[in-house]
Amino acid sequence: MTAVTLPSTSDVWQWLAEVPDPEIPVISLVDLGIIRDVAFDDDTLVVTVTPTYSGCPATAIINLDIERALHEKGIEKLRLERQLSPAWTTDWISAEGREKLRAYGIAPPVDGTAIDGILRQRVDRLSGRSNLTIACPRCGSANTEKISQFGSTPCKASYRCTDCLEPFDYFKCI
Amino acid sequence: MSAASNTAVSQTALFEFLTRMGDNALILGHRVSEWCGHSPALEEDIALSNTALDLIGQTQLWLGLAGEVEGRGRSADNLAYLRDARDLRNVLLVERPNGDFGKTLMRQFLFDAWHFLMLKALCGSTDKRIAEIAEKASKEVAYHLDRSRDLIIRLGDGTAESHRRMQEALDDLWAYSGELFIGDALDAELVAAGIAPEPESLKPGWDELVGEALSEATLKKPSDGFMHKGGKRGLHTEHMGFILADLQFLQRAYPGATW
Repeated sequence: MTAVTLPSTSDVWQWLAEVPDPEIPVISLVDLGIIRDVAFDDDTLVVTVTPTYSGCPATAIINLDIERALHEKGIEKLRLERQLSPAWTTDWISAEGREKLRAYGIAPPVDGTAIDGILRQRVDRLSGRSNLTIACPRCGSANTEKISQFGSTPCKASYRCTDCLEPFDYFKCI
Repeated sequence: MSAASNTAVSQTALFEFLTRMGDNALILGHRVSEWCGHSPALEEDIALSNTALDLIGQTQLWLGLAGEVEGRGRSADNLAYLRDARDLRNVLLVERPNGDFGKTLMRQFLFDAWHFLMLKALCGSTDKRIAEIAEKASKEVAYHLDRSRDLIIRLGDGTAESHRRMQEALDDLWAYSGELFIGDALDAELVAAGIAPEPESLKPGWDELVGEALSEATLKKPSDGFMHKGGKRGLHTEHMGFILADLQFLQRAYPGATW
């Protein structure tokens, strides 16, 4: 048996940091905070991934993208594991990831506001506004309003800016 | 579930419970998905489709675990597409037809309120696998409840026409809400093992949550009279066969088809 030189786990983290999210390609899977662990089980690389939303259609694509990227780096023995708990929260999106989202035109989640299953008292419920100020990712104005609690993908809500009048996606907090 | 013990639960009871959770999500997810392309506004179309997507995702987790517990090699897809009506364990509420937009939202709200409380309780389940799924799903369901609650208030306390429709929806669906809180021998077995809460124990919290929203919506809460039941035991309404014809057609006609 020939000795196989395995890459270090920090190399693997570096490679995964270059794999884009299939739906929001400006951020990587590492920025999104869904890679939980990278480890070797003997000579098999085990990457533990957590889903953002349980029904997110991108999950299967994400797994394929990870496999492809790592195979290209010469990884032959790879196992992907799913980890549900603790459940993914938008608080795990990296600071760098938040800036990339904003530059791309998606308002990043307001840090530390994940709802954690508790219903927030909504201040202006009837006017459709929430008690959070979501800044427009284009002009920075705080004068924005919610159009819909859901947006173009399961992880986003729809907002519009009342100053520059542009509609935009908001990465909702969970 | 503070009085959780380590009483062993039968594999049959666990499988049944998981199909009850999974089938509620599956059938409601399918019903809501019927709106795709038909909603009154584009934003609502997207919202309903996303809600359906969350529910189908949760179905995969519950039924996936059910198949694992059963140990006969049945996958989540297999359980969803190849069981007949008598083997499905969803409550009757979720198989009610969509009706108009208001009725769909009222059904969603009555279910979301229960679903939210149930999942919060399951986060403390002695079965770690169940607690993990509940933790994941409860975040999504909190969001669903936030939205359905907001909309039934806006429509109930809206125009004369929207108010009338919401009251009609509530009166029509109320008799299907009771089944969520009726426990049976199987539930008792799960309660004893600390796996799931007693269905009856969720009723006070649900009454409070629902009562407060209905009063804000200026809707009159119907009195608890006769309640339809049977879904948890596989006794369904006439709508179930039509749902399955639509849901299962492809796998029945082309067994094993994938894309």
